Amino acid sequence: MEIKSKIKWSEYNKEIAEDHFFFLRSCIRQNFNPGAEKAFISILKNNLKKDIFDDARHTTCTGIGYHTDIVPFETMQTMIARQFSLMTEKGYKNCAVSCITSFGSYNEILSTWKEFPEELAKTRDYLKKATGREFEIPENLSHGCDIIYKFRKEIAAQSNYKLINIETGEPLKIVDHIGCHYSKIFPEKGVGGFEYSKVLTEMIQAWGGQPVDYPERRHCCGFGFRQYLVKSNRSYSISNSRKKFESMEPFKPDAIITNCPGCNMFLDRWQYTLAQIEGKTYGGGTNGIPVFSYEELAGLILGYDPWKLGLQMHQVDVEPFLKKIGVRYDPELKFVGINGKYINEPLFTGCLK
Amino acid sequence: MIKNKHVAIIGGGIAGMEAAAVLAKQGLKVTLIEKEAITGGKLNDWHHLFPDFFSPKTVIDNLIAKTNHSGVNVVYNTEISKIEKLNGRFELSDERDTKFYSDAVIIASGFRLFDATLKEEYGYGIFDNVITSVDFEKLMKTEGKLLTAQKTEPKRIAIIHCVGSRDAKTGNTYCSKVCCITGIKQAIEINKILPDSEIYCFYMDLRLYGLNFDSLYLHAQKQHKIQFIRGRLSEIAERFDKSLQLKTEDTLQGRPLRINVDTVILLIGMEPGASNNLFTKNNKVTIDENGFMKPINMHENRNSSTHDGIFLAGTVICPMAVNESIENARAAAFEVISYLEKNKL
Repeated sequence: MEIKSKIKWSEYNKEIAEDHFFFLRSCIRQNFNPGAEKAFISILKNNLKKDIFDDARHTTCTGIGYHTDIVPFETMQTMIARQFSLMTEKGYKNCAVSCITSFGSYNEILSTWKEFPEELAKTRDYLKKATGREFEIPENLSHGCDIIYKFRKEIAAQSNYKLINIETGEPLKIVDHIGCHYSKIFPEKGVGGFEYSKVLTEMIQAWGGQPVDYPERRHCCGFGFRQYLVKSNRSYSISNSRKKFESMEPFKPDAIITNCPGCNMFLDRWQYTLAQIEGKTYGGGTNGIPVFSYEELAGLILGYDPWKLGLQMHQVDVEPFLKKIGVRYDPELKFVGINGKYINEPLFTGCLK
Repeated sequence: MIKNKHVAIIGGGIAGMEAAAVLAKQGLKVTLIEKEAITGGKLNDWHHLFPDFFSPKTVIDNLIAKTNHSGVNVVYNTEISKIEKLNGRFELSDERDTKFYSDAVIIASGFRLFDATLKEEYGYGIFDNVITSVDFEKLMKTEGKLLTAQKTEPKRIAIIHCVGSRDAKTGNTYCSKVCCITGIKQAIEINKILPDSEIYCFYMDLRLYGLNFDSLYLHAQKQHKIQFIRGRLSEIAERFDKSLQLKTEDTLQGRPLRINVDTVILLIGMEPGASNNLFTKNNKVTIDENGFMKPINMHENRNSSTHDGIFLAGTVICPMAVNESIENARAAAFEVISYLEKNKL
């Protein structure tokens, strides 16, 4: 194992491909926040004029099954090899991964193949026997947030809004949460390493906001696979999320930004659950602290319609945040879906009635 | 006659000064070359020495008096970067191409302090209330008190052992040896000036190798109520009120620990000097796997480098305490005399 030493991680920059990405979707992001990935593709294609290919044939990476001991490592290796075979078939060499769990899994497998070539040979054999397919190892594997980070200044140059309170002129205070599997496993795969990863904070700064450090910044969001997926462990899951909210509360953040689909979901929904248990929110009032993924925030400042970004799917109401930065939107269209169809609405948004 | 022989010593810290004084007293011509404007090295910043709270100033003053009385030629503001053997003599030069010639050389250029900003999870250089053991010594020496960045008296202080030592993540797997006892000494000093404060030392294991070190450890617990917690720190974060949240573990109780303190002191380790690599060029001097100067034999002859006629003294070899550095330098001086006697023709 290569030991990196004598380096200041916060100044560390990883290599992020410039163009021509093969997109690898997230299982849970597509379900919980379906607008986020659509926005990511659109930002790359339409705003940044990049080539990104979204292959309908690709599947789960099996990461969640792997981390709950349901899917064996050999199976995950073969499934990921199949994703790479689709990439190879389409002539791409750079992967853009949407999910942090997947990003960790892809890196774990690429590292395994580097350290143990016999595992790579075995996987090639399994894939060939099962599907007749062959694959090349990608030249670059970046997470979606890496790519948005790389082009954050170009996005800022095209932006319609800034992360600034239009009434006070003050930058919005935004706390970041980095998914554990982004760089806790392989610090060199994350921008700025793990302790002070700058992948989200520099986006916040580039778009006019003020990143806020808080004591539990590196703590797990509470998902943690088994903490949530095993039902009897869910109190552990929520107590971890509570620890984060409690820690960020004194800083009075205007929003939370995350780079992980699972974190986005848990930091959003557990606020409601905690409010119902404790009778209070950690953002003051009844709403809570709005939670955005990096694509959603990029989409917002670029002027994407908040409802086309899917922000009505969030538990914590995003409208107070939209008003703070002056987004022009039609509240009447909040629950109007494609083709003008009413998609129904929750009994209330926010965390407390 | 070796009395006509000339010895050049690189580094005017305590080891270089001691070796210079011993050699000059024996009648040799000695040039002591110091990169700073004063001699005494890092000890100039120190407040008290372990384990008896002795004054470092007394040590330096005595060494200055010894070098002055024995007729050592001290050259200041000169940093040697090249050692070469030409026509049977050594030629030492700096970046300005100032040259010195000698019949033997002692490298006594000391150590470098671990840069605590590399251990980002401990927040040095990020949070105002995280300081190093060296910052603490400077503060005590210049101001005689410990205050938080908010100018209040800290009520809880944590002292973190092994920062940049025994840590593969920082690339330093060796023990710096003197930090444990330094931490105990500093904890007692804090308790003396802030008797109502709570002081915690977080350690892996306490390496108290010297005479009276263990008794000072016991004294710290019994008389000064210092609390020793066996566990490594995982991270420090700053709270809204600028106090610090520590995530650590208590391995004796077998549980993780979260604790808030007002000030953290990092016991930073000793690293090989920055110039060690330069000294290996143009000659046969070598460095060990950690970057310290490599002696030909660590058991019987730690003062001889792998190049005949070039000797080593003090912490350029490995981490050492003040008394060891001085004794080691004295030994180096006698090795030089023995070498010159053998090669006097």
